[in-house]
Amino acid sequence: MKKGKQLSVSAIRNGTVIDHIPSGNLFKVILILGLDRIDNQITFGTNLESDRLGSKAIIKIADRFFEEEDINRIALVAPEAKLNIIRDYDVVEKHVVTVPKSIKAIAKCFNPKCITNHENVLTRFSVTNSSPVALKCHYCEKITDEEHLTII
Amino acid sequence: MKKRSLVSIDDLSTDEIIKILDMAKKFEKEPTQNLLNGKVVSTLFFEPSTRTRLSFESAVSRLGGKIIGFTDASSSSVTKGETLNDTIRTVNSYCDIIVMRHPIEGSARYASEVADVPVINAGDGANQHPTQTLLDLYSIRKTQGTLDNLSVAMVGDLKYGRTVHSLMMAMARWNTTFHFISPEELGMPPEYKLYLDNLDLTYYEHTDLNEVSGKADIIYMTRVQKERFSDPMEYEKVKNAYVLRRSMLGSCRENMRILHPLPRVNEIHYDVDSDPRAYYFEQALNGVYTRQGILCFLLGASN
Ligand SMILES: [Zn+2]
Repeated sequence: MKKGKQLSVSAIRNGTVIDHIPSGNLFKVILILGLDRIDNQITFGTNLESDRLGSKAIIKIADRFFEEEDINRIALVAPEAKLNIIRDYDVVEKHVVTVPKSIKAIAKCFNPKCITNHENVLTRFSVTNSSPVALKCHYCEKITDEEHLTII
Repeated sequence: MKKRSLVSIDDLSTDEIIKILDMAKKFEKEPTQNLLNGKVVSTLFFEPSTRTRLSFESAVSRLGGKIIGFTDASSSSVTKGETLNDTIRTVNSYCDIIVMRHPIEGSARYASEVADVPVINAGDGANQHPTQTLLDLYSIRKTQGTLDNLSVAMVGDLKYGRTVHSLMMAMARWNTTFHFISPEELGMPPEYKLYLDNLDLTYYEHTDLNEVSGKADIIYMTRVQKERFSDPMEYEKVKNAYVLRRSMLGSCRENMRILHPLPRVNEIHYDVDSDPRAYYFEQALNGVYTRQGILCFLLGASN
């Protein structure tokens, strides 16, 4: 099986590999990192077998390196994600994501009566729990949990 | 002076709460003091709340301030299709402080970020109503002589009642023991119980109001509304179980006082009103002194 996994997504020369993304959240990760709006070569595989997650996704982005702050934004939907920085086909750095203490303008407040759903207000949350994710709205003070989490 | 708003009771440190309560106490002794002479207070009531508005207006008048504003968004041209952002930015330049009530949750926090002047939240939907919490604290401290180590019973709708949630969180600062009395369906939500667990505070849950009468220093009554029940039959079963009657007060402590945020419907029987332990009308009056204290605290005036 290991071999199969290696083959499902081809190697990149330089860039970033994001591994251990829950399959169901692959497209959320793509949205959060804005990968749908860049010109770099991107390959991804999903529904790959994973001991830890059951089913995982992997993204390889050529010639692109992320700031830690940017990458931590995906922690909401992929708290176990691992990043490999690739230079000349070698892994030169490894990173894990950390759930930030507060997040801005990524998630939507699930409360329909919240001001952020009525007026043009950037959402702000404090992270009250990282796994499973629980976000406390800075405005209405209600908790948005993983089940109700929507990425803007 | 740095601008301070009051959106949530958590915006205040324990020392600041005590400072406001001490100021309120002085206003109770001497209600008319010209501390806001020349100041303009905007009262923006995007939904009507006559009691809260009158209480604020009384507080401002006794302090010699002037009031501008509106009492109901539907009768005010300023809000026709206008965003809250624009209304606040406009009103902002006319006044020294804004008192706002709005049906949308989080609107007060947002207004406080948009405004250059302090904003007092007079209720933002089901979210916060900190001036109610402060007047409750004032009433408790006044009747018990302290806020420390009291036993507080909260009765009625503990699931949706924002008043009891805010008061519970605030009282948790003073080592309070809580008794929660409600129909099972309207019990205190788990996140609030977890909050008490984390602070190592003691609480008991009951479904029978009679069980706690002798154990409480404060009985805080709230309304059990029919709309809150998924099954109307459940409401019919419990609707009379959470009504306080004079006959139930026999075993109650002498120092015990009955509080209610008002208006009541039937949850406190009229025969309780003449008992010396009925305190809800005084509680409402305390709201004026407390709001005088809050206005002066935020505007940096001291009595
Ligand atoms: Zn919200």
